[in-house]
Amino acid sequence: MSKQNLITDNNFDNGDAFYAELTEAHRDINSQQSERLNARLVLLLANHIGAGTVLSEAIKIASDVTTEASPSIQKSAE
Amino acid sequence: MLKTYTNPVYDYVRSSDQSGEAITHHPVIIVGAGPCGLAAALDFAQQGVNTIVLDDNNTVSVGSRAICFAKRTLEIVDRYGCAAPMVAKGITWQKGKVFFKQDQIYDFDLLPQSGHKQPAFINLQQYYFEEYMVNRAAELPAIDLRWQHRVSHVDAQAEQTLITVETADGPYQMSCDYLLVADGANSKIRDLLGLESKGQVFQDRFLIADVVMKPDFPTERWFWFDPPFHPNQSVLLHAQADDVWRIDFQLGWDADPEEEKKEENIRPRIEAMLGKEVEFELEWASVYTFQCRKMDNYIKNRVIFMGDAAHQVSPFGARGANGGLQSVENLAWKITRILRKDAPQALLETYNTERQHGAEENILNSTRATDFITPKNAISRVFRDETLRLAEHYAFARSLVNSGRLSLPCDYQSSAIISADNFSAGIKPGYVCQDAPIAINGKADWLLSQLGNRFVLLINSDDSPPELLQNLNEIATDLDILELTTSKIGDNTLHDCQGLVAERYQLEPGQSYLIRPDQYVAARFQQTTVGDVSTALHKALGFELNEGK
Repeated sequence: MSKQNLITDNNFDNGDAFYAELTEAHRDINSQQSERLNARLVLLLANHIGAGTVLSEAIKIASDVTTEASPSIQKSAE
Repeated sequence: MLKTYTNPVYDYVRSSDQSGEAITHHPVIIVGAGPCGLAAALDFAQQGVNTIVLDDNNTVSVGSRAICFAKRTLEIVDRYGCAAPMVAKGITWQKGKVFFKQDQIYDFDLLPQSGHKQPAFINLQQYYFEEYMVNRAAELPAIDLRWQHRVSHVDAQAEQTLITVETADGPYQMSCDYLLVADGANSKIRDLLGLESKGQVFQDRFLIADVVMKPDFPTERWFWFDPPFHPNQSVLLHAQADDVWRIDFQLGWDADPEEEKKEENIRPRIEAMLGKEVEFELEWASVYTFQCRKMDNYIKNRVIFMGDAAHQVSPFGARGANGGLQSVENLAWKITRILRKDAPQALLETYNTERQHGAEENILNSTRATDFITPKNAISRVFRDETLRLAEHYAFARSLVNSGRLSLPCDYQSSAIISADNFSAGIKPGYVCQDAPIAINGKADWLLSQLGNRFVLLINSDDSPPELLQNLNEIATDLDILELTTSKIGDNTLHDCQGLVAERYQLEPGQSYLIRPDQYVAARFQQTTVGDVSTALHKALGFELNEGK
């Protein structure tokens, strides 16, 4: 397998702060607005990364069904 | 409905092949006198091959149809000797605006590089494009253009093709070494031979309305996404010659083409867009759907498909006629050399491989534009709309806005007849040559005007020994040595008067480019030797292909 370019080890300087900021940005908006916010975020960050190989790897990993929560976990979370 | 243009009427003329005696044989017969068929005849004429062009109609395009001709296309038709009237008549443009909902989100200027003979783009109705090619063909005795001669039967034999042609005087037969088919997207000859063009039909309809008006806005390309006057759809406005403006309304799949074509239904759309005070006359209207498709193989024995018959794209990005002409120029020089026995039969297959690659690139670009303009589901629509919103303020997002990537010639880097190399500077093998101003015999001229129709070795001959130049000259009659010098200025040597050849080609003393008859770089040499040039020429002619040995 060829070397992966996408960083999947921890690379945040402050992960907790980012996570809080992200969820805070979505707190008071409806899901349609959230969808639009997420789209803008993806576009902005994708441009910042720029490299096509890195972006492809990220899309592949994000599309991989095995990283999605299993139905039983989703149910218990409700 | 046409008011600004009257279609010429070309008479049926009985030909000497209709004597009713023996079946006459010709090297090349071309079916279809549209942009590609005419271009093919003109290309062969430049290379000394006689052609017959058969067309079932008696005039050029009815309606404006293809309107956007790219620089490469103008360079090709300049080689044929008919770019000047097109550029003079056409609208040269380089600016545009993009709108989203009620706002202009940005404007652009293509800022074409200076020092090229041809402009980046012209807009010109297809009927003018064809008419000027017909006029040029009439000047060339090598072209026998026959109107109202309809091919009704094709027998594609292994090494020649037999055709039956219907005319007002009854049918006649001819045979040919090569039958070139450019009879359009719904090619009848493709059907006759049981061949298919496969791909994707887009579930959308577009209304073309050509209107005559004298508005006070500039001749720019204006594109609207989801404007208030035509909600949820896109609209394009672009100028053509004779104060004709192309307006393209996206209608959606459910629109009724017959209803939409009616003037009483078109008028309110245009009034909503331009305002009731703008006076206009409707010139021509058409409702179309489009497809992106191609044949898996453009060649069946000695029958070869070109243009929309071979590969068809959506109109976004102007890749139909522009891509078609690139296919034509790729084919003509190859058949010419096979007919002259300067190249093996195997060279023909490289038309298929190189232009399959070209068509794939055009279809890919045109499909991406179509998907951006018509998002396929709700989330695609969200991404599209947010891209447009970001584009108003952020440059990066403008690069994602896709209302058609403008046609550029594709490269043949990985072609089996291109000698690839690892140098990064200059123009890589497999890429088309770039124009530059030069002087020759004391007169200002253009580099591309010195290239084409035969192989050229463009060499910086500063410090080159005369014996080398003499020996290079003797490699082949189909190879001309073109010297570029900064020091000595002899007869027929190019003077790089503005230094732009040096800049674009990075051509140092002793270095050279081997350039194909279609002005593509076949190989280049850091140190020019007779052996290396001969080998690359041999390869470019297909002698190293499997069946070419």
